[in-house]
Amino acid sequence: MAITPPENRLWWNEPLHRMEIVWITIAFLWGVVMFLTMVYWHIAGQQNLSNEAYRVKPDAFAAKAEAMVARYKVREEGDSKIPVVRPPAGGDAYLIARLWEWWPILELEKGQSYRLHLSSMDWLHGFSLQPTNINIQVHPNYEMVLTVTPTQSGEFAVVCNEFCGIGHHNMLGRIYVVDRK
Amino acid sequence: MANAAAFRVCPETGLKVCHHAEILIKANAVVAVVFLAIGGLFGLLVALTRWPAVHILPADLFYLALTAHGADVLLFWIIFFEIAVLYFASAVLLNSRLAAPKWAWFAFALMLVGALMANVAVLQGESSVMFTSYVPMKAAPHFYLGLIVFAVGALIACFVFFGTLVIARQERTYEGSIPLVTFGAVTAAVIAVYTIASGAIILIPTFLWSVGIIPHLDSIMYKVVWWGMGHSSQQINVSAHVAVWYAIAAMVLGAKPLSEKVSRTAFLLYIAFLQLASAHHLLVDPGISSSWKVFNTSYAIYLAVLGSMIHGMSVPGAIEAAQRRRGLTQGAFDWLRRAPWGNPAFSGMVLSVIMFGFLGGISGVVLGTEQLNLIMHNTLYVPGHFHATVVAGTTLAFMAITYLVVPLIFRKEIMFPGMARWQPYLFGLGAMGISFFMMGAGTLGVSRRHWDMTFADAVLKFEYPPAAFLMMGLNGISALLATLGGIMFIVIVVGSVFFGKPRDEAAIKRNPVIGPSGGAAVSQYGGEATFNLPGTTILVAVFFVSFVLYYFINWKYLSEVWPLR
Amino acid sequence: MAETPSGGPAGDPQGERLPPMQLLLDNPFLLLFIGVAVPAVLYTIWGVMEVAQIPVAQ
Repeated sequence: MAITPPENRLWWNEPLHRMEIVWITIAFLWGVVMFLTMVYWHIAGQQNLSNEAYRVKPDAFAAKAEAMVARYKVREEGDSKIPVVRPPAGGDAYLIARLWEWWPILELEKGQSYRLHLSSMDWLHGFSLQPTNINIQVHPNYEMVLTVTPTQSGEFAVVCNEFCGIGHHNMLGRIYVVDRK
Repeated sequence: MANAAAFRVCPETGLKVCHHAEILIKANAVVAVVFLAIGGLFGLLVALTRWPAVHILPADLFYLALTAHGADVLLFWIIFFEIAVLYFASAVLLNSRLAAPKWAWFAFALMLVGALMANVAVLQGESSVMFTSYVPMKAAPHFYLGLIVFAVGALIACFVFFGTLVIARQERTYEGSIPLVTFGAVTAAVIAVYTIASGAIILIPTFLWSVGIIPHLDSIMYKVVWWGMGHSSQQINVSAHVAVWYAIAAMVLGAKPLSEKVSRTAFLLYIAFLQLASAHHLLVDPGISSSWKVFNTSYAIYLAVLGSMIHGMSVPGAIEAAQRRRGLTQGAFDWLRRAPWGNPAFSGMVLSVIMFGFLGGISGVVLGTEQLNLIMHNTLYVPGHFHATVVAGTTLAFMAITYLVVPLIFRKEIMFPGMARWQPYLFGLGAMGISFFMMGAGTLGVSRRHWDMTFADAVLKFEYPPAAFLMMGLNGISALLATLGGIMFIVIVVGSVFFGKPRDEAAIKRNPVIGPSGGAAVSQYGGEATFNLPGTTILVAVFFVSFVLYYFINWKYLSEVWPLR
Repeated sequence: MAETPSGGPAGDPQGERLPPMQLLLDNPFLLLFIGVAVPAVLYTIWGVMEVAQIPVAQ
């Protein structure tokens, strides 16, 4: 029994049940398949998270974002006058995460690629693009750079899905994707 | 100390039970159940708040309750119970005295003080930082200190366990190799040492930072090392509850593992590779290479998953073999139909195996696939997954073995047997609902750890799909069911332990805990090979097909989101 | 019992030689070493090195 020592001192040499051999083989090969699927997706898949990242001071990152806003702002929205920014297609788009907002609102063109820069000014935040459902961790002092290509037009929300204190549930940003003119 | 050890001989198993071990098992198990009750209550409040129609707590108390829920059930309930399992699997199963009982009491005291300190810190309201306590969000210093003190206590308890193994071997209290269940406990203890070491490496600097001695902590470094503790602590559970599965199958049905070699090798795969899955939490973090992510998140090419898949075959296989030997040989599933479904130890164990495998195991692999994590990270899919592993898997398995621990160690009759018969089903159904509906809401994008999914007070507006709201309502109802099952468990256990009838000879004869073992024939050399196991073969095939289908469905989902590179 | 030191290479009362894998599985401290060293190197140390190598932004 499993609660008593094995009766046979040399249990390592006991023969295996045929079913065990078959199942172990299948399970092992399935593991190899799942492992290779991740590798294959890096080669052939469209959705691979970039690992490009830099150490950056929050003020330096904020300065870059503010420069982008100053240059490409198209309008302001709401009572708090959040700037809506339309960076050039193929260019750099900066998004700041801070207590408790995503700043600014980005307006992107469908089918165009952008280098999206993400960083936090304070604590950890979670970039959760809805309803597309893309989720990325955002750290302070690190700038993550990924290339993203919106494939649907419309209004998208950026939910914060990493707990960041009492205002966490009010931290909601927006990305517009517009059709090419 | 050696000569002071007193023993009694268990009338039901014939095992020699060390007096010190027995009291320590009782103390750790009782405290564990108290933390389960507290943590479970916080869990109910969390689920009711996330039920949009109920939304019971204000935001600050919600985050406080969520932090307390995580610490109390994910750390304190489970690790106290695991220490009881370690002492049982070493001293009791090996007929040995417990090494250093004074150290074991010291460990118990440290763990208790640490757990209380952390709870006080959370309840004071200045430490609502969640179980993960990611820096640079800061908790009160005694929150970290409490966790450190608790971890030191748990580490000492692990070494009492290892010491007991040494003593048992030196004093030849058993012949040959240790029992498989004890081997599973070794696996749990080994992983616990790595877990606690990681915890010490990260929590001590964090404590120093919280009192102002260290100026800055790197948030990614923190996450890497912290998850060496945070995720591995859940791998202790996996090892411990797999050991518990084997133990229950052996005690209730006399089941013998199909092969000692295969089951122990599967545990060895856990020892070497299970902790690598800590990488599951860093798959969408900046700057870490995909080589590290792919290798670690796959537990070195899924070798630890292979271990779990082996146990998932070998536990039902052992039960089927024992049942067939008893003559239940008709058809593929007669052995399963005529199993002791009214015995809560057995039913709890079977439900734990099924839900851990189908819900927890499959979702864990999918969630931990590098690219698939993009569509799930920090959504409710994550708590959905780990409620399947830790609640439906570990907690249900621990509840199940409690129905054996109470008569064998506390030597009390189980009170309210009618209620006990239904308890695992009710709790299991609730746990299944919680897991399933949170995973569903997560698939729809709903964030975890979030007070208001309607975003009523946010400057901008957004609405999750209506189905997500339905899921969260069903999640709340499931949480009520699980709570009812949990209350029943606590009433039964507390009632039996403190007010139950002592288990005398007549009670033992009338209502034996140790089932009719398969008899001497069970342990014949290579004897299992003579049996075909069609039922287990079918169960395993169904599992495998579900696994493959669900895995590729998620790749299909991923292929539909915006291209990223 | 004194003539067969337990855990030795031939550590079996009947004098049978135990296979190396069984000796490994019977030795909790060897298992403890594996269970701490493997994840410490592959997960923790490798992971910390990855983070340490993230370059500074210009």
